[in-house]
Amino acid sequence: MKKTSEPFWWALFSAGGMIAALFIPIHVFLNGLAIPFGWIEAPQYENILTLVRHPLTRLYLFGLISLSFFHWAHRFRFTLYDGLQLKHLHQLIAVLCYGSAIVGTLAAGYILLSI
Amino acid sequence: MTHNSRYSKYHPKWYRTRTPIFWWIHKWVHVRFILREMTSVFVAFYALVLLFQIRALTQGPEAYTAFLAWLKTPVSIVLHVVAFVAVVFHTITWLNLMPRAMVLHFGQKRVPKAVIAASGYIAWAVVSIVIAWIMVTT
Repeated sequence: MKKTSEPFWWALFSAGGMIAALFIPIHVFLNGLAIPFGWIEAPQYENILTLVRHPLTRLYLFGLISLSFFHWAHRFRFTLYDGLQLKHLHQLIAVLCYGSAIVGTLAAGYILLSI
Repeated sequence: MTHNSRYSKYHPKWYRTRTPIFWWIHKWVHVRFILREMTSVFVAFYALVLLFQIRALTQGPEAYTAFLAWLKTPVSIVLHVVAFVAVVFHTITWLNLMPRAMVLHFGQKRVPKAVIAASGYIAWAVVSIVIAWIMVTT
């Protein structure tokens, strides 16, 4: 059997799917709905900065952002293959999807290190 | 979804019926499948929102205030409502698949599927409460 990198991407997809399932809905609800509608108060600038600068928060946010991107990359790639019947472009699609996730990961790493 | 089949290029000598792009639209299970896969777009959207929020934090209090103001715009509200529905759909479908994807053993006995599913939902609830508590007290 030919060796492929599929298990590696699948592991990232799977880890991202689990992390996203558990953590993203509450973030979307609080940040995107509860705060703008005034159900809860937005954290003060200094307080949220202190929270985000904590090493554990940085690690958490890095994992959440990066794995979410890889989860998307893998699912979106196969949706394009199967849904839109673009199997003949599989190399280009794979490069674009995983490439975007890698760029997003680097951006998250850079921003979280420089904050 | 994640099979390893090798796709061949178009070959005029082989007879193959062409599959239309919207092959999945006629059956609800297929539409559900495509919708489930498309929830990943909103997962990525939210990772981007988080990135922009952290970037605003690095740029100072004005940028953070501007970000909070953007959250109140109709575009942001609509995006977040749709994203919320999508990510909750992702969570439910993901947690429901978990017992079928994971085979756990406790001693000699296989852990029942219902226990694995329930533990997923309990983990989701605990995580959500902890994050909400941190955000409200910050």
